[in-house]
Amino acid sequence: MHGFRTLLYKEVLRFWKVGFQTVAAPVLTALLYLLVFSHTLERQVRVYENLSYTSFLVPGLIMMSVLQNAFANSSSSLIQSKVTGNIIFVLLPPLSYREFFSAYVLAAVLRGAVVGFGVWLGTCWMVDLQYAAPWWIVVFTLLGGGILGALGVIAGIWADKFDQLAAFQNFIIMPLTFLSGVFFSIHSLPAFWHGLSRVNPVFYMIDGFRYGFFGRSDVSPWISFAVTACFFLLLAAATLRMLARGYKLRG
Amino acid sequence: MNAAIRVRQVAKRYGKVQALAGVDLDVTSGEFFGLLGPNGAGKTTLISALAGLVRPDQGTLEVMGYDVIRQYRDARRNLGVVPQELVFDPFFTVRETLRLQSGYFGIRHNDDWIDEILAHLDLTPKADANMRALSGGMKRRVLVAQALVHRPPVIVLDEPTAGVDVELRQGLWQFVRRLNQAGHTIVLTTHYLEEAETLCGRIAMMKAGRVVALDTTANLLRLHSQHSLKIRLANAGALPERLAERAKSIAPGQFVLPLESYDEMGGIFAALQAAGLSIDDFDLAKPDLEDVFVAVMAGA
Repeated sequence: MHGFRTLLYKEVLRFWKVGFQTVAAPVLTALLYLLVFSHTLERQVRVYENLSYTSFLVPGLIMMSVLQNAFANSSSSLIQSKVTGNIIFVLLPPLSYREFFSAYVLAAVLRGAVVGFGVWLGTCWMVDLQYAAPWWIVVFTLLGGGILGALGVIAGIWADKFDQLAAFQNFIIMPLTFLSGVFFSIHSLPAFWHGLSRVNPVFYMIDGFRYGFFGRSDVSPWISFAVTACFFLLLAAATLRMLARGYKLRG
Repeated sequence: MNAAIRVRQVAKRYGKVQALAGVDLDVTSGEFFGLLGPNGAGKTTLISALAGLVRPDQGTLEVMGYDVIRQYRDARRNLGVVPQELVFDPFFTVRETLRLQSGYFGIRHNDDWIDEILAHLDLTPKADANMRALSGGMKRRVLVAQALVHRPPVIVLDEPTAGVDVELRQGLWQFVRRLNQAGHTIVLTTHYLEEAETLCGRIAMMKAGRVVALDTTANLLRLHSQHSLKIRLANAGALPERLAERAKSIAPGQFVLPLESYDEMGGIFAALQAAGLSIDDFDLAKPDLEDVFVAVMAGA
């Protein structure tokens, strides 16, 4: 157990030591998104009755930050360790693959949550936010961070070079997070894109997360919960299997 | 006999390359053991399999009686590995690195032992320096320290002195010798054969994934190498026929005569004197692990 705690501590310390890059920068990026989009669309777009577009946008931006940073944490840590060779320091000790998985994913959730909290802190004083069902906020933060953290573990282990990781991030993670209802309700999309968004698991994470704030969402939070929980379990099982077999780590 | 390391029929293939082709090996507790062989012989693959970094296609490996796959936790607790590559985590200081490594092995409050290792490896003044700020030699010493944080009874050093200056090399060997005297089993791979000859009590030589020689260092030297007398004659002279038969000519007027014992030297000099030959220079060569290595690799 102490081995797991140490690995978790190391992973947290790793991003905390470069906090400007890993926390402050993504918070600033999210705030800039908010500034630009709310300034341009505040008067034109109204997704829900009695809810300003800026208010609608904030939870989506928070969740997007949680997800992207959770992915960035586990994936960049692993690929850096692999490329520099210091991954050996965590492969030689008696850590089980479950401890390995839990430490990397939990650290990813924490980084996502810290950045998400930063975005909330930067916006809550200027945007009217409600907290209709706060537990859903917590649940979807954990599940969303966990899913992207696990995806980060897969990508970090699979990629042999930074270029491959960037491809994974830009061609899979970014489209999934952008086409998920962060900036709009998927009901406003044409039928094809609407249908496509319905099979995007990130849509359910953001929709459920937003329900926690406003008590309103495109689908029931229970459906979103079921979809994200199942997706997390499947992904965790796949990642654990990959680690148990030593894929690319223990030739 | 208590086996610190037991390797049975271990094979590993990477595509078309048979990295290990059925290796059997026992290292006794408390030994200073040398693992030699040319590049690509399979030394690092064998060490990696022992450390759980590589999964063998067949065969079993044990560290202090623990199977490295089924009982990996115990096997890894008993093993310290100094890797060949100079790797480090640039995010941390020397002390943080060692504390983290202790933690991975489940050890808390390890600072007393960490301080002791740092002192032995002359790293105390650098304890709070970032890993990036260290010279190559110091980084190498931190790798040794990392392998020792959990006080493993078996320590494997994979070419620890490659590219390391003489002073550090000597300091390192002094320290490793002390560890061996304190009861640690040491397994060493190196390309510096004179180091292996001086330090190792027993040696295994590997070629193309197999162990092709395994004996005590003394026996290997006796079997594959001998004393010899190197002579340079004045005016590029030729040896008398009786000596020429057993001598190897290495240059005009220069010969190497193998010796069964030092007693033969009197007869050789007498024969040269009788033939009216004068000696410009001579050198007495002792048995050498390099000769053994060359002989074994050529014969294997």
